[in-house]
Amino acid sequence: MPDIERLVNDFVAKLSKRKVEGSQATSRLTAELLRSVVSLQRLPPTNSAAVLIEAVRGVGVKLVAANPVELAVGNIVRRVLHIIREEDLSLLTSKTSDLDLSAASDDEGTIDQDFDPTQSAAAAAAAAKSFLQPPSLHALLENMLDKAIPSNNYTSSSGGDSEEKSKADKLARTRKLKHDVIEAINILIEDIDTCHELIAEQAVEHIHQNEVILTLGSSRTAFEFLCAAKEKKRSFRVVVAEGSPRYQGHALAKELVSRGLQTIVVTDSAVFAMISRVNMVIVGVHAVMANGGVIAPVGMNMVALAAQKHAVPFVVVAGIHKLCPSYPHNPEVCLNDMRSPSELLEFGRFSNCKEFGMDSGAPLQVVNPGFDYVAPELVSLLITDIGGHNPSYMYRLISDYYSADDFDLQGRIHK
Amino acid sequence: MVAKKGGSKGMGAAEDAEEELARTPLQAIILADSFTTKFRPITLERPKVLLPLVNAPMIDYTLAWLESAGVEEVFVFCCAHSKQVIDYLDKSNWFGQPNFSVTTIESHNAISAGDALRLIYEQHVIRGDFILVSGDTVSNMSLSQALKEHKERRRKDSNAVMTMVIKQSKASPVTRQSRLGTEELFMVIDPETKQLLYYEDRGDNLKGYLSLDKALLTDNTSISLQNDKQDCYIDICSPEVLSLFTDNFDYQHLRRDFVKGLLVDDIMGYKIYTHEIHSSYAARIDNYRSYHTISKDIIQRWTYPLVPDVQFFGNSATKLERQGMYRAPDIKQSRSSKIGPFTVIGSGTSIGNNTEISNSVVGECCSIGSNVTIEGCYIWHNVTIEDGCKLKHSIVCDGVTMKSGAALEPGVVLSFKVVIGRNFLVPAYSKVSLHQQPIRQDSDEELEYADNSSGITESPSVSGTLDLLNEEERTELPDSQAYEVGDGGVGFIWLVSEAGQEEEWRHSVAPIPVDKLVAIMQISNDEADLPNEDGAFLPPSGELGPDSITNDSNEDAEDIRDDSVIFEREVEATFQRAVEEDVTDDHVILEVNSLRLSYNMASADCAGALFSSVMKLALDAPHDSPNELYKNVVSTVRKWKKLLKYYLPSIDEEIEVILKFEEMCLESAREYSPLFVQILHHLYDQDIIQEEAILDWASEKEGAEESDKVFVKQSEKFIQWLKEASEEEDED
Repeated sequence: MPDIERLVNDFVAKLSKRKVEGSQATSRLTAELLRSVVSLQRLPPTNSAAVLIEAVRGVGVKLVAANPVELAVGNIVRRVLHIIREEDLSLLTSKTSDLDLSAASDDEGTIDQDFDPTQSAAAAAAAAKSFLQPPSLHALLENMLDKAIPSNNYTSSSGGDSEEKSKADKLARTRKLKHDVIEAINILIEDIDTCHELIAEQAVEHIHQNEVILTLGSSRTAFEFLCAAKEKKRSFRVVVAEGSPRYQGHALAKELVSRGLQTIVVTDSAVFAMISRVNMVIVGVHAVMANGGVIAPVGMNMVALAAQKHAVPFVVVAGIHKLCPSYPHNPEVCLNDMRSPSELLEFGRFSNCKEFGMDSGAPLQVVNPGFDYVAPELVSLLITDIGGHNPSYMYRLISDYYSADDFDLQGRIHK
Repeated sequence: MVAKKGGSKGMGAAEDAEEELARTPLQAIILADSFTTKFRPITLERPKVLLPLVNAPMIDYTLAWLESAGVEEVFVFCCAHSKQVIDYLDKSNWFGQPNFSVTTIESHNAISAGDALRLIYEQHVIRGDFILVSGDTVSNMSLSQALKEHKERRRKDSNAVMTMVIKQSKASPVTRQSRLGTEELFMVIDPETKQLLYYEDRGDNLKGYLSLDKALLTDNTSISLQNDKQDCYIDICSPEVLSLFTDNFDYQHLRRDFVKGLLVDDIMGYKIYTHEIHSSYAARIDNYRSYHTISKDIIQRWTYPLVPDVQFFGNSATKLERQGMYRAPDIKQSRSSKIGPFTVIGSGTSIGNNTEISNSVVGECCSIGSNVTIEGCYIWHNVTIEDGCKLKHSIVCDGVTMKSGAALEPGVVLSFKVVIGRNFLVPAYSKVSLHQQPIRQDSDEELEYADNSSGITESPSVSGTLDLLNEEERTELPDSQAYEVGDGGVGFIWLVSEAGQEEEWRHSVAPIPVDKLVAIMQISNDEADLPNEDGAFLPPSGELGPDSITNDSNEDAEDIRDDSVIFEREVEATFQRAVEEDVTDDHVILEVNSLRLSYNMASADCAGALFSSVMKLALDAPHDSPNELYKNVVSTVRKWKKLLKYYLPSIDEEIEVILKFEEMCLESAREYSPLFVQILHHLYDQDIIQEEAILDWASEKEGAEESDKVFVKQSEKFIQWLKEASEEEDED
């Protein structure tokens, strides 16, 4: 059985040396790693969910620190934490529903706060017993009416009948929790794998006959999206901006042509000249922030501004794993990746201009940022696995996929 | 970086023949000792590979690179301070890496790279091709391409034992050193096969020209001479290299002995090839200047992903902010302090009020007081700098304390735990250590490489000015060595050895002072900037022929000389060389002709230039009186008569020569003016100049200004005599 620490360190090393790149690959690997963390974690019979959460969070903090620029890592860690909370909750609900129907009656839209010590007194008491369902509005009201009910239930279930039965019960529950979490992570991995198809399915709704689509650089999601529309017998043209300095657009254009799409390659600087002929801009991005703004390959902001000027829809396609629950703060610096200047120009050719030894004033400086931040006002539509959304709707998606407790992985909220 | 591992594996799978090579893991040897004394006195206390480079030990960069490049087994050869190296590797996690095994080989009596390799050979640990680097290499290059080329060549020719990695980097035309502070490197490479045919890294010994073996030209259809390449000191070697070192027990230095030895010795037929990298980075820290340059390259992210804000191995991560400013998250910085661009501040450091730091690296847990100015410095860990200190372009090692008001002039190196006293000014380029400077260079290692430091030989005029400079310096230095670094200071100032004097500014972290640059420029202008232009016409096939000429004339743009002046200087230099080396007339003619073609000159210009060269030669010979000078001229002219005659096919050229001579007498060589007639007569006697030429010249000068007619008047008698003679002839 592989040592979990070693697995983690391996992955941390890979992340920090930038050997794993691309949000899909990264998030998939992260999910797989966390799955093994969960499966190898020894759980105590009581409070097992909390132990699991601590374990995953501990690993998560390390992973995020290894490559803070790749936001997908943090997203997946938070997703897994959310899964654990949900599974624990549903187990509890089923458990308590056996015992107390009234308590399980209303668990729709609850906020899980079972391990948060800063909760209301009633909830805290319930959490300590680790048995009670988190307080839904209904349950809270019930508790207010009769605080004795949960504790009575507890004593009747474990203390009342027999100690051994309850122990076996707990063990089974722990095992069940682990199993369910792993199952859920498997579904998450599957989601990550299939996100392209799910997004691509929506292509025909957005791309119409004889349209001109513009894209920048290369993104697998955008590529699949375009191909899906092509397969549905839509005929349209694609303008590919090459995406300096990595020029991934060249590769994309090659592939699009091999799929029989009419493709035009332009330089990034020609985007504004082309935009008036374009019906829609479709691009893949690096991450989607909580406010609906996106972190995208460098040059994207220029495209978005050009699109806005000509009222061309700027459509972003992104798997839900790219949705990040944090808000961008100083994104040009904090969320950027300063890459090697050698992507821009060859070192040797300019070595004379970089002379620090001479007193000839400031040396040549080459800056190569990896990403642009596109403000939400410039994004017309975000297409994810689960459909198209307005950027302003992102906060709602975030509350569906993440727990508020996990937004800060360091756990600084918890005093 | 992603493709690297996959790339090398895919290559092995694709080609069956490579299977056996692929089976042996890729091995590398790191020499954790440079066997030089360039980093003294720091290296007295700590091995060079553990010195922090932008807050991470150098060897971490090398190991991290090798690991990411797909090397599986690394042997670290430790010699000096071997225990420290092993302890460090133990403490860090390098030993426990999966798929990357690090083994140390320890020795206490190896004094050179050659010894180290002989020792490794005896251990029989190297089974296949291996990568040989020193522990101070910083690179992010992918090895797969170079390895593939190497293995393919090996399959075709088992004598291809080594592939050297090179990189474009032009040496500065003024100081003749690369940006890494190493001397200009000349290499002859076969442009087709990339085989290395010639290697010369001590360019300053060349006295402005380079001699290649004739065989190079006859054996190869084309060669290219390159002086714009940098040796990365990354070698891909076959196992034979180790046995070669064992066979030739006198090989010490990798380049000076081994590479040159193989190139010269053609009995065994071993071949060395080169692999040029373009976009990736590779460099070796050889001296303080390269330490400085490479630090800056790292901060500017050329070595990505080995940069301060990526935790490539165990280094604490800092955050990159605007303008290349890296700050650890937990520093204490006063609001009034200013941190300039390209600065790294390590974790746990505190910075006081109104302190300004620019272009510098500050290590971990340093405390910097108020009103301190730090510019272009490398401050290592746990350093205390009190209020009001001023530091410029210096290296400050671990645990140093600078009392308030102390100041460092450019180029200072403060070794470990030195204390600089209150308000003490450490003079430029001085090195301060707790250890006494060894009086005699006693250890074997030092003897071995003692001559290294004196590699640069400058013309006497430079040393003259430098001596003056050093004189001043010396008066500042105290005579007694006992702790003379100010009030309460602890440390000895090392005296700069005689040989190293002029090298200090070349190899220090400080920028080269302007006055030095000016001095060198003047010298190179005075002595004609030969080396490049010489190189240019030697291999006409070389791609840098025209390039280097234009470069040079660009560099000296401040004194724009027209072509003819350059041409004259060239001819003169060629002639001088001919005299020194006893080259036959035919060869001189050949060279002058090629010069004439490349500068597009008339044959009259050649004649003039050659004549003035001859006359200058005569002038240079020792003489006391005009009479002796005349004798000199006579003998010199006799010697080079044939050459002169060759360029004087018609009257026009002869007139040109006379005009030239006249010009010389007026300007550059006034000693000749009283002898003008005598010499002219002599030339006439020797049949070098015919009477028609002289008469034509005289008649040409008829209408000239009075001042121009000085020599015509002087030679009036002679001309008269000539006229009469010719009339007589006519009459006959």
